[in-house]
Amino acid sequence: MKTMEVSLWRGRAQGRYQNYEVPLRENQTVLDVVTYVARHLDPTLSYRFSCRVGMCGSCAMTVNGRPRWTCRTHVAKVIRRGRIEIGPLENLPVIKDLATDMQPFFDKWQQAKGAFVPSRTRDDPIEEIAPSGAARMAADAAIECINCGICYAACDTVRWNAGYLGPAALNRAWSLVNDERDAGNPARLAAVAASGGCHACHSHQSCQEHCPLALNPTASIAGLKRRTMQAYLRGELEE
Amino acid sequence: MNVRLYFWQRLTAALMAPLVLVHVAVIFYATRNGMSAADILGRTRGSVVWASFYGSFVAAVAIHAAIGVRNVLVEWSPINERHAGIFATVFGCCLLVLGLRAVAAVALP
Repeated sequence: MKTMEVSLWRGRAQGRYQNYEVPLRENQTVLDVVTYVARHLDPTLSYRFSCRVGMCGSCAMTVNGRPRWTCRTHVAKVIRRGRIEIGPLENLPVIKDLATDMQPFFDKWQQAKGAFVPSRTRDDPIEEIAPSGAARMAADAAIECINCGICYAACDTVRWNAGYLGPAALNRAWSLVNDERDAGNPARLAAVAASGGCHACHSHQSCQEHCPLALNPTASIAGLKRRTMQAYLRGELEE
Repeated sequence: MNVRLYFWQRLTAALMAPLVLVHVAVIFYATRNGMSAADILGRTRGSVVWASFYGSFVAAVAIHAAIGVRNVLVEWSPINERHAGIFATVFGCCLLVLGLRAVAAVALP
């Protein structure tokens, strides 16, 4: 039976990579490899997954130095010289082994006012939004984010600036800025225009490069820069 | 970086782009035509146009560089935003004083 060498991060912020020998199959994802280790070699291994089909965004890890969604990453695509190194996502605190604490990531969604603010009540008629409208199409381009944290882990600015909201939170804010039903834009634009908001982005585009859904948070952030600048020049930005 | 700093950095960058081109063109013109320092000073002294040109250049540089230095300090050093802002303001003021002094030397009659 063919095997591969798998090196997994064990420990918390301080720890080390530990090697395991795992059967190499013709059709196998990186998540299958991690699950094999947990089920057959070391049941103390901690990692996180749920749907296994690329919808839930919970299984992201660092695979051979790149953040990836492990359930949709085939071993054949990433294996190098019969070896794979798998670690926790960067830029997030490690809880244990391959599981990171996503709290800072989701806290920043809240800071960026990533929650929908309704402008109507349940007694009002449903607002009709034309699918071909410019705002709806802009929202569409950003809306499919699955919150996997890969863009956040790949972002240089997040690494340098702990207060930076990050690509995912700003991408979410951009989809809501373009949501015609939403009434939260004054507070949202003020939040993303403050220190650590969209203007901290250096447009390195690592978020776009690594996003498993091929979204473009850099473009969303550029949109926020334009929109906040217009609001600033018109004196519409809340203090 | 917030929207106010972003606005001023981009505005000064947009202002400096044509100023740099004119500045470089003037250098080429002066050196190609073999102008002496006295020739150059003869044209710049008492000239409102050259005083305004290099005066606005210096102001733009002082604002643009100070904001850039503040960003570098915030991202790459342990200094917090407030102290980086103070340092950058002092740095920008130094650039402004040095630059305006040079402009005065060539533009005042």
